[in-house]
Amino acid sequence: MILNAQQAIIIIAAVCIGTILTRALPFILFRDQNATPPYIVFLGKVLPFAAIGLLVVYCLRNVSLLSTPYGIPEAIAILFVTALHLWKNNSLLSIGGGTVLYMLLVQTVFN
Amino acid sequence: MPGNNISSLQGIQEAIILSPKLRALKAAFPYTIPIWAGFIFLGFAFGILMNSKGYSAQWSILMSLIIYAGSMQFVAVNLLTSAFNPLNALLITLVINARHLFYGVSMLEKYSGAGSKKPYLIFGMVDETFSVLCSTEPPPGVDKYWFMFFVTLLDHIYWVAGTALGAFFGAMVSFDTKGIDFVMTALFVVIFINQWKSQQQHSPALAGLILSSVCLFLFGPKGFIIPAMLLIVLVLSIFRKQIEKGVEI
Repeated sequence: MILNAQQAIIIIAAVCIGTILTRALPFILFRDQNATPPYIVFLGKVLPFAAIGLLVVYCLRNVSLLSTPYGIPEAIAILFVTALHLWKNNSLLSIGGGTVLYMLLVQTVFN
Repeated sequence: MPGNNISSLQGIQEAIILSPKLRALKAAFPYTIPIWAGFIFLGFAFGILMNSKGYSAQWSILMSLIIYAGSMQFVAVNLLTSAFNPLNALLITLVINARHLFYGVSMLEKYSGAGSKKPYLIFGMVDETFSVLCSTEPPPGVDKYWFMFFVTLLDHIYWVAGTALGAFFGAMVSFDTKGIDFVMTALFVVIFINQWKSQQQHSPALAGLILSSVCLFLFGPKGFIIPAMLLIVLVLSIFRKQIEKGVEI
């Protein structure tokens, strides 16, 4: 521990304030719902879909396609989740099954 | 007896006041199960990491309680173990968490009308909670604001609990948990599919997936989020007319 307690508190407060800012800013800027510009309303309708796509990529950001195991366990597990979900349409089953398969893959086959 | 009638009436009134909360809690819980698994594990890892850097349990629990931002807390561990620079910490936080701006814009309408619960819903808008709330309508007869409140609260509790477990008992774990963080990827993939099936037009979802991948390729894992956000907004804005004609709203 390099920082003293006071410095650590200040760093934690800075991260806390920064996080709250990014979460609250749209609500502060567009406080009055009736006055929200149509363009922002449009973004509010389409961004939930784009944001989930972004999150999927964000989760996979550290997967390297150029070094072993070339993203193969991730690809197999995602295909499995997709197939299982399209077949059974049970979210918990798809998430749980995919995670167990991925753990097996990275702990045994691609260890 | 008139007295009995009054007290039973109060009992009924109390039940009516209480039940929307309980019903919302019961409805919310199943949606948080994948997050339970992910947050207990990730929070656990965070608690262990903080311990290993010389920060005791009260520090990691405090951070999970008041910062409550998964990946940013892992970055904060670096900030806490390098030279003291609060402005730098603030700027890094704004950059890493900029994706929350998307969530806020997406939830403007859903959270409006949440009244006294709104500040907490906004505070607790982590990736996972957002992903569930933006894609889920509560079952019929369930108060949607209490539903959203409990999804947010349960996730927050899992995160703090995981952190505390990791900070206190991290040294005792012996089974191999490698790969368990894939539960988050799987959660987002499933939500992506659910959203896909609910929509006629898939261009916003595809824009998110493809443009983010392009930016990841161009800018690398550390710097791709903000270019990806800008590009997504740009492309969706260019095709606004076509999208507005086709999107199911």
